[in-house]
Amino acid sequence: MASESTTAHPFEDAPNHVTPTVVHDPILTKTDFKSVGTRPLRPDGLDKVTGRARYGADFNLPGQLVGLVLRSPHAHAKIKKIDTSKAEKLAGVKAVITAADLPDHTAGDQSMYDILENCMARGIAKYDGHAVAAVAAVDAPTARAALKLIKVDYEILPHVTDVDEAVKPNAPLVNPKMFTEGVEPKPKKASNIAKRTEFGHGDVDAGFKDADVIVERSFRTEQTHQGYIEPHACVASVSPDGTGELWVCTQGHFVYRNHCAMLLGMEVSKLRVTSSEIGGGFGGKTHVWAEPVALALSRKANRPVKLTMSRDEVFRASGPTSATSIDVRIGAKKDGTIVAADATLRFSGGPYYGMWAELGAMTAFACYDLKNVRTVGYEVLVNRPKTAAYRAPSAPMAAFAVESVVDELAHKIGMNEVDFRIKNAAKQGTRASYGPVYGPIGIGATLEAAKKHPHMKAPLGKNQGRGMACGFWFNFGGQTCTDINVGPDGSVTLTVGTVDVGGSRASLALCVAEELGVPYEQVKCIVADTGTLGHNDMTDGSRGTFSSSMAGIFAARNAITVLRERAAKMWEISVEDVKWEDGHAKAVGSKYGNLAPLSLKEIAAAAGNTGGPVAGHSEIVADGAGVSFATHIADVEVDPETGRSKIVRYTVIQDAGKAVHPTYVEGQYQGGAAQGIGWALNEEYIYGKNGRLQNPGFLDYRIPVCSDLPMIDTQILEIPNPNHPYGVRGVGETSIVPPLAAIANAMSNAFGVRMTHVPMSPPRVLKALEAAQKG
Amino acid sequence: MGVLVTTTINGDTVEFACDPHESLLDVLRNRLGLSGAKEGCGTGDCGSCSVQVDGRVVCSCLVLGVEAEGREIETVEGLSTGTELHPLQTKFLEHAALQCGVCTPGFLMAAKALLEKNPDPTEEEIRFGLAGNLCRCTGYDKIVRAVQDAAKVMRG
Amino acid sequence: MADIHLWGALRPAAGGASVVSVNAKTIRELFRKLAEDYPGMEPHIARGVAVSIDGKIYRDDWQRELPEGAEIYLLPRIQGG
Repeated sequence: MASESTTAHPFEDAPNHVTPTVVHDPILTKTDFKSVGTRPLRPDGLDKVTGRARYGADFNLPGQLVGLVLRSPHAHAKIKKIDTSKAEKLAGVKAVITAADLPDHTAGDQSMYDILENCMARGIAKYDGHAVAAVAAVDAPTARAALKLIKVDYEILPHVTDVDEAVKPNAPLVNPKMFTEGVEPKPKKASNIAKRTEFGHGDVDAGFKDADVIVERSFRTEQTHQGYIEPHACVASVSPDGTGELWVCTQGHFVYRNHCAMLLGMEVSKLRVTSSEIGGGFGGKTHVWAEPVALALSRKANRPVKLTMSRDEVFRASGPTSATSIDVRIGAKKDGTIVAADATLRFSGGPYYGMWAELGAMTAFACYDLKNVRTVGYEVLVNRPKTAAYRAPSAPMAAFAVESVVDELAHKIGMNEVDFRIKNAAKQGTRASYGPVYGPIGIGATLEAAKKHPHMKAPLGKNQGRGMACGFWFNFGGQTCTDINVGPDGSVTLTVGTVDVGGSRASLALCVAEELGVPYEQVKCIVADTGTLGHNDMTDGSRGTFSSSMAGIFAARNAITVLRERAAKMWEISVEDVKWEDGHAKAVGSKYGNLAPLSLKEIAAAAGNTGGPVAGHSEIVADGAGVSFATHIADVEVDPETGRSKIVRYTVIQDAGKAVHPTYVEGQYQGGAAQGIGWALNEEYIYGKNGRLQNPGFLDYRIPVCSDLPMIDTQILEIPNPNHPYGVRGVGETSIVPPLAAIANAMSNAFGVRMTHVPMSPPRVLKALEAAQKG
Repeated sequence: MGVLVTTTINGDTVEFACDPHESLLDVLRNRLGLSGAKEGCGTGDCGSCSVQVDGRVVCSCLVLGVEAEGREIETVEGLSTGTELHPLQTKFLEHAALQCGVCTPGFLMAAKALLEKNPDPTEEEIRFGLAGNLCRCTGYDKIVRAVQDAAKVMRG
Repeated sequence: MADIHLWGALRPAAGGASVVSVNAKTIRELFRKLAEDYPGMEPHIARGVAVSIDGKIYRDDWQRELPEGAEIYLLPRIQGG
């Protein structure tokens, strides 16, 4: 093992030496586990069932003001003038800001400039809900009164909110300076298409000529919101000396720190950001929204400012996913071999450049082994809020379209849909439709498991249909920095910088306990603030447990190096003769037969006399996250009178690499499936002709409630990721990918009706049923 | 200004002054330091602010602070007795019925009210009994199982 | 010389080619030479490009060596939720 290969330092000769961080290879080294794979209670659980846990809005500072944001009621409007004078004069108002208080420090970084402009409109309001001004006042009633006193003179501009309308030649331009990227020659005319992108290999046209059967269809999916139950909230405090503090609910406090420091023109190290407990993010808390506004208000007022978004603001101005329009064409031989696959994907990005169609184009055919494949993506600007990542961003929509066509094709050929997928599934050595060649992957295994699953053979009731679909997500790793500190009593603090969105502190403690060979209860995992660790990327891309466990394991190996040195010192023998096993230092060789092993506790107790505190540290770029596949099975019952659908049985089968805490892995599978079911059946942003969002609340934007869902069965497969010491893959995102298509396929199997528009809400289903009856 | 209100919260007599338009949720969170109840929507749609008023579960964002006068209020902070957790709390932990946990206080209060009325609910009764509370993380599976298990323990 | 496979959005910057040859030993050198030889790729590289080396995707590691004969694909630096 890598941890055993380091050379020891001559302790006596270098009393002040720093144990060097050992470079570890991120390769699979362990398959036999004691702690990993068990299901202990999570360390933060007690606080969360007693109301003691502190989320974004549960923190206060002395002298704190209330911040509120004024938002554009127009989808697209020039801001001719903002008069804040009356608001400023209102008693109790301590600061009023506009874009003028957020000068541009982005130095040519277009994506940061877009975020800045999204935080506060700069001359043009680009969607209903776009921030135009903000106030800080002594209390909420005063702040509300102040907002009413701000007078904004708008000149309304033509708008476009629909993804298909936006790509038409005469559509109103969302950004007159946007020229389509990725086409040659460079366009001379501005367009709402920000970028064209393409993936694939082989000769698609030749492939289609070989096809016996071709299915071609167009699909639409409507915009959905991540729907985290906790609205964005923060407390910002900036001092005149240029230092600041931010308490915030975020998926990545280091990233928020970097963003805020840049947008405010502050030094990164002078802004200390603490992540609160987070009440859900799902991608929606991966970049800043109102936090720079809160900091700017605090800077101007020289008082702490608490800013929480209302639910209405969350819907209108934060993070929805793309609305999409997708065309898919797949051709196959009679024997079931897919010979060509082609997709064109148009994804809305709000008013800004995004990579959403690109992600859709990369993931669309990732489940399959295809000789000839092409996907083309178009990033489309619309007057809607800036699109943010939502759990496996863009993959669910692409999978909805592709998996619907795959099912239809299988049936046309006369093959069972599972067998058809097994025949065409990607495997180790397959060239992915997005370029690289796959290592060991689990798509085939999830399909085989689905085929054998009792769910597949269970009888169906009246008006019920069964469907299945596959899903893919990349997963990634990224920058990660982790500390291990051994207390004088031998208890261990694991300090991580990745926000815990759903139980990762338990999983990370399990991995470190495993590596150190101590009980889980001996390791306490905490999420540290930005002043405590080096930069950590966000908890996104299913990287939290993957990357922080890798860094934690490496930090533990470094701590073990120190522990061996200390044991050697205590025994006065050479460190090469000390090994670490089962949480103890053991002397190797018969000459030390009389030396009883030293426990972590014993070494820790002597640490003060053998060189000081015992710690391990690790900073890594965790590359090599293994790709993730899932297969879902859904039973759907449709009421032919009303078009209302109900999920009556649901099964998720997914590869976890290695499930560190299986209960929380199941939880990720179930939660993603539930979000996908909501997306498939109900959830939808509805815009009026005036460009205003018609349903910015949980009453009219209906996410699944308890009575909408059945139990969600899970089956965890473990195909180890060769690029992680314990074989771990990210598990957070893939489960949202298959439900849209699985449910559409179930409806098709039940009624012979192919639903091509998500959500498959009762009116749409009823219309389709009636159309089918008329023939 | 403000209205003086005397009420009972988690068994203790509490006096506070609040504005007539202030919600009970804001009073609990901002004036009394009881931040276990959360504001997820402010419109009674998500149930994160669920508390019990005279034994009935309500969205505290839809109740005025002044309406607490003379009533008995129970919040998540009063659920455990000393160091002993309520069976619902224990079972939520054991079943991992929470991921982010922000909806958990509301679910616990709603589940408590449900089991007080119906100690042996069917799965369907649990699902409809908790339909006023939104959870975006779990898909409800483990929540329902935790409530079933807690009900069993409470029946003894 | 390594053959570098380009995804669609990069191809216009290389005159439509899907594969370009670059003499580079590390990812850092690869990015530098691509930006020199194909200035149109610079904004993409600035925005973030991931490199797949024999199927393993590197998003951040500039020091990573490009082994002789390895299959190298450039990909967008993906985001997650």
